[in-house]
Amino acid sequence: MPHDGHHHDDDDHGSELSPIALRVKALESLLVEKGYVDPLAIDELIETYEKKVGPRNGARVVARAWSDPAFANWLQQDATAAIASLGFTGRQGEHMVALFNDATVHNMVVCTLCSCYPWPVLGLPPVWYKSPPYRSRAVLEPRVVLQEFGISVPDDKEVRVWDSTAEIRYLVIPERPSNTGGLSEDQLADLVTRDSMIGTGLAKSAA
Amino acid sequence: MNGPQDMGGMMGFGPIAPDPKEPLFHAEWERRALGLTLAIGGTGSWTIDQSRHARECLPPQQYWSLSYYEIWIAGLHRLLVKYGLASQTEVETGKVESPSQPIKRVLKADQVAAVLAKGSPYDRSAITAAKFSVGQKVRTLNLVTSGHSRLPTYAKMKRGIIKRVHGCHVFPDSSGMGQGDDPHWLYSVAFSAAELFGSGTKDVICIDLWEPYLEHADT
Repeated sequence: MPHDGHHHDDDDHGSELSPIALRVKALESLLVEKGYVDPLAIDELIETYEKKVGPRNGARVVARAWSDPAFANWLQQDATAAIASLGFTGRQGEHMVALFNDATVHNMVVCTLCSCYPWPVLGLPPVWYKSPPYRSRAVLEPRVVLQEFGISVPDDKEVRVWDSTAEIRYLVIPERPSNTGGLSEDQLADLVTRDSMIGTGLAKSAA
Repeated sequence: MNGPQDMGGMMGFGPIAPDPKEPLFHAEWERRALGLTLAIGGTGSWTIDQSRHARECLPPQQYWSLSYYEIWIAGLHRLLVKYGLASQTEVETGKVESPSQPIKRVLKADQVAAVLAKGSPYDRSAITAAKFSVGQKVRTLNLVTSGHSRLPTYAKMKRGIIKRVHGCHVFPDSSGMGQGDDPHWLYSVAFSAAELFGSGTKDVICIDLWEPYLEHADT
């Protein structure tokens, strides 16, 4: 199919630039020359999402929720404030809601209309999250989609899909794996994968 | 509008194919496309809803053949021309041909951390009481518009139950058309998979929907 989600280029060797790379380059030089953007701000924006913001933030939220019932309760009542208390705030996470998976419900998140995703806790979304197969099918056949991620949800457990059509951003709190009673918060955070916080994965088992 | 973005429930797009080793960016131009889009967004020349609307107005055959950052760049071209920041020729050639337009602000590198951490909240003070409360039955309307909307086609004229009340939020149907915030109550509405897709499972789909998309349903 034509849409494989991304195009690889060999990238940035003078005349070998792909048409889209040339277009982006031309657009950036236009907007810089017109005085609308500061190229150093572009560098700073990129560096933020490459180096500072990513799913390890969300893993800290989950590990805290697993370790501290008062925090879990706060997260349930006011996720934006609870998450902000760990230092994660702002763009694409202004209005947070935490969805707790348990023995009866498996939550998963999609944005069928675009690619809404909780940036402060998960960083930038993966290509599959932004692409038509996931966006079209997550609401239509969530169990089949989950199977493609290697998850089989028992028939008597509800799959609850959240289509984030607004500015509310959802963070799934996966079930805590068994036999993790003695682990520290840092050790617990290592069990929390990005996909487990989207709901297309589970937390890893303790080693 | 029921454009190419309105794909919830469509068939035929194929397998998900997640790549466990996927890099954050697949090429240098993707990095610049992200940074450039956020930086120009930081000038406050359009709302997030207007930028989404620009992308969603791309012809379906184009939208579906582009990668995500390519969609962003195509949308950015449209925004720059539509809001007068650059001419069509300028965005095509990258060469300045006309004077710059006044803009509200330029995002500077030393402001980036603070601006991102602050974000831009979309909740607004309520000027009316919420029409619906948790547990009430509602039905979505059959709204068809060529303007901006966040009511997906797959959820039109469907019965659901109010699951959460999020407060009053900026209304994309207005904000996306440059007509101001016009805040309305925002809800998560839970629909059964049976109601939406005739599914035999007990699964549920919750969708964030604004009050003007909904009416009371007794049955």
